[in-house]
Amino acid sequence: MIPVTKSKTHALTGAQAVAHAMKQINPDVVSVFPITPQTEIMMQFSQFHADGLVETEIVRVESEHSSMSCCVGASAAGARAMTATSSAGLALMWEILGVASGLRLPIVMPIVNRALSAPINIHGDHSDAMGARDQGWLQIFSENAQEAYENTLLAVRLAEHKDVLLPVMVCQDGFITSHCVQNLNLFEDNVVKKFVGDYNPKKALLNTDDPVTYGPLQLQDYYFETQKQRADAILNSKKIYLELGKELSKVTGNNYPLFEEYKLKDADAVIVVMSSTAGNTKVVVDKLRKEGKKVGLLKPRLFRPFPYAEFGKALVGKKYVAVLDRAENYGANAPLFGEVKNALFDSVVCDENKNVPKLKSYIFGLGGRNIFESEIEDLFNLLLTGKFDETKVGYIGLRGEQK
Amino acid sequence: MNYKELVNKPQKFAPGHRSCAGCGFPQIVRTVLASTDDPIVASCATGCLEVTSTIYPFSSWKIPFIHNAFENSAATISGVEAAYKALKRKGKIPKNKKIKFVAFGGDGGTYDIGLQSLSGALERGHDFVYILYDNEAYMNTGVQRSSSTPFGASTTTAPAGKVHQGKEEWKKDIMQIVAAHHVPYVAQASVHNPIDLSMKAKKAFECEGPAFLVVLQPCTLGWKYHPSMTIDIAKMAVESKFWPLYEVENGKYKLNYTPSKPIPIADYLKPQGRFKHLFKPDNKGLLEEMQKKVDERWDELVKKCE
Repeated sequence: MIPVTKSKTHALTGAQAVAHAMKQINPDVVSVFPITPQTEIMMQFSQFHADGLVETEIVRVESEHSSMSCCVGASAAGARAMTATSSAGLALMWEILGVASGLRLPIVMPIVNRALSAPINIHGDHSDAMGARDQGWLQIFSENAQEAYENTLLAVRLAEHKDVLLPVMVCQDGFITSHCVQNLNLFEDNVVKKFVGDYNPKKALLNTDDPVTYGPLQLQDYYFETQKQRADAILNSKKIYLELGKELSKVTGNNYPLFEEYKLKDADAVIVVMSSTAGNTKVVVDKLRKEGKKVGLLKPRLFRPFPYAEFGKALVGKKYVAVLDRAENYGANAPLFGEVKNALFDSVVCDENKNVPKLKSYIFGLGGRNIFESEIEDLFNLLLTGKFDETKVGYIGLRGEQK
Repeated sequence: MNYKELVNKPQKFAPGHRSCAGCGFPQIVRTVLASTDDPIVASCATGCLEVTSTIYPFSSWKIPFIHNAFENSAATISGVEAAYKALKRKGKIPKNKKIKFVAFGGDGGTYDIGLQSLSGALERGHDFVYILYDNEAYMNTGVQRSSSTPFGASTTTAPAGKVHQGKEEWKKDIMQIVAAHHVPYVAQASVHNPIDLSMKAKKAFECEGPAFLVVLQPCTLGWKYHPSMTIDIAKMAVESKFWPLYEVENGKYKLNYTPSKPIPIADYLKPQGRFKHLFKPDNKGLLEEMQKKVDERWDELVKKCE
C-alpha cells in the first residue's frame, strides 16, 4: 500500500486499530460495557481517555441495552456518539438498534463478530451481525485491522451525511482480526480530523431555544411514511458510501468499493466470502492461479444496504459460485447466500443468455472453528469439476459431512 | 412557591394532550417543569404520559423531549447529560449556559423493567432528576400488576376471583432502593399537594447529581373511581399514612407531613373499585393485614426521621 498522506506503520490488533480510529475521531460521548471479544477496543480507548488523549465523555453503563440507549440520548442531544459490542451485547441492544435508525441518529458502532448463545461460545462468527442486519443500520465488513481502521473513519462521515443520517456497524472477525497483531498504517491525526470533520446536527435536544420532540407516537396515519423514508435513506446510502470512499481514497490511497473483486474477471470458479476468510481465500486464489486454474474471489464489504444489481453483474456468466456463510439462518437460506441468490435472480432474468452460475451454499466456521487454506483449495478444485450437488447446503470443517 | 406563583409560571407542557379526564400526571409534569427557571431537557419512558402527549404531528412538550423505549428513560437522559458535559467542554455550548435534565417514567418503567437503567444512572452520578409518576400498575396496556401495585389490589393480570383476592405481595419500596444509592436527594410526593411537590422538584433540580421523586398519581381507569376524585383519593392516601410525604436529603430523613387525625386504610381503599372485593366479609382479615403493614411501615419511617 502506498498511502497518499504520511502514515506510520504500527503493530496492532484489529481491536486496537479501531480504538486508534476512535481516538482520532475523538467522539463527544462513548458508552462502554465489556463483552468478549469487543472489550479490547474499549479497554484501549479507556486508556487513551485516562491519559487525556481524547476529550470524550465516557459513560460506563451497566448493560449494552443502556449503552445503546445512552448513545441514542447523546446523539439526539447533538453529540457524536459511539459504542462497540459483540454477540450477546448486540442481541441485548436489538430493541434500541431500531430506535437509533428510526430516529435517524448517526451512531457508529464497531462490532467484533462473535457467535450467539446457546451453547455459549466466545469465538468469531457472524451470527450476531446477521441477527441485526434488518434493523436499519448500515453494515460494513472488514477483512483485517487496516480495513477495520479505515472503515471506522468512513462510517462516521457516512452516518452523518445529510442524505443518510443512519447508524453504521463496522464489523471485524472476533479474535482472528480483533486479537491478532498485524502491520497497520495509521494516518496522521490532523488528516483524519480533517476528513471526519465536525458534527453539527440540524435538530438537537441541547438546542433549548428550538425545542424538538424526538420519538413521538406515530399511528396508522404517519408511521408508514416514516418507515418509507428510512428505507429510502438506506438505499441511497450506497451512492454516498461510494462518494465518501473516493474522498477517503485521496487520504489513504486505498479503495472502498461495494465489494472487492479479486481475480474475478475471467474466473470460472468463484468463492464469495467476507471478513478475514477472504484474506485466506486470496492466498489460495494466488496459488491456484499459478497452476493455471481460473479461480477468483468476491469479498462483500457493504452488506447493508446490499448492492444487488452490482453483485448480479459481477457474478452472472460465471460457471460455478460457492457462497460461504459464517452464520446459520435456521429454516432459510444462509444470510449471504440468500442475498447472492436474489442478486443473481434479478440479473439472470435480465440476461438474455441466461448464464446462471451453478450456485451452492456453504456454512463454515461457526463458533470460531478454523477454516484452513487446504479446505478452500479443495473447494475450488471441487467447484472446477462442476460435480457438486447445489441443491444441498455444504458444511466445511464439520464432523461427518461431505462437501 | 405559593399557588399563585406556581400557576403564573410559563407553561412548558401544553394542553390538548389526550390523557384521560381526571388523570393525575399532567399536573405532576406541569408542576415539576415549573419548578426551575433554567432550560430543561426531558426524556420519558414508554407509557401513558408519552403516548398521550406526543401523538404525531403534535406534541405537548414545549421543551426538548425524547422518548426512546420503555425501560431506558434513565439511560437515555444519561446520554443527553453526557453530551451536555462533552459539548460544554469542547466549547460548543456556552460555559455559562445551564441546562437541567429530567427523566420521567411510570411505575412499570421504573420499579420493574427500568430499574436497572435507573440504578446505573444513579450510581454514575449524572446530574439529573428522575420523576416517577406512580399509578401502581401498567395502566397504558390496561391495568396489569406491577411490583408497585399494592397488596390486595385487583388488576387484569392478578384479578380478584373466587380463589385469589388480587395482588398477594406487598408493594416494592422504591424510596429505600433509591436511597441506598446514597444520591443527594430522594423524595416522595403526591399529586394532591403541588406546593410540597414543587418544593421537592426545586430541591431536586438545584442539587448536584442525581435526584429522585416518586409522586403518587391516582388513575381513574385503573383504580376505578370517578374522574372528579383524583385529588381527594391522593389526599386520602397521605391522610391514611399509606403514602407518607417525606424526603431523604444527603442521607437525612425528614417527614414533611404528619396527619393529625389519620384515617383508617379502609377509608382510603373504599372509594376505589380495585379494592372492592376486600370489603366482602370473608376478606376482613386482608384489610386488617393491610392496616398492620401500613402502621409498621409508618413507624419504621418515623424512626428513620428521628
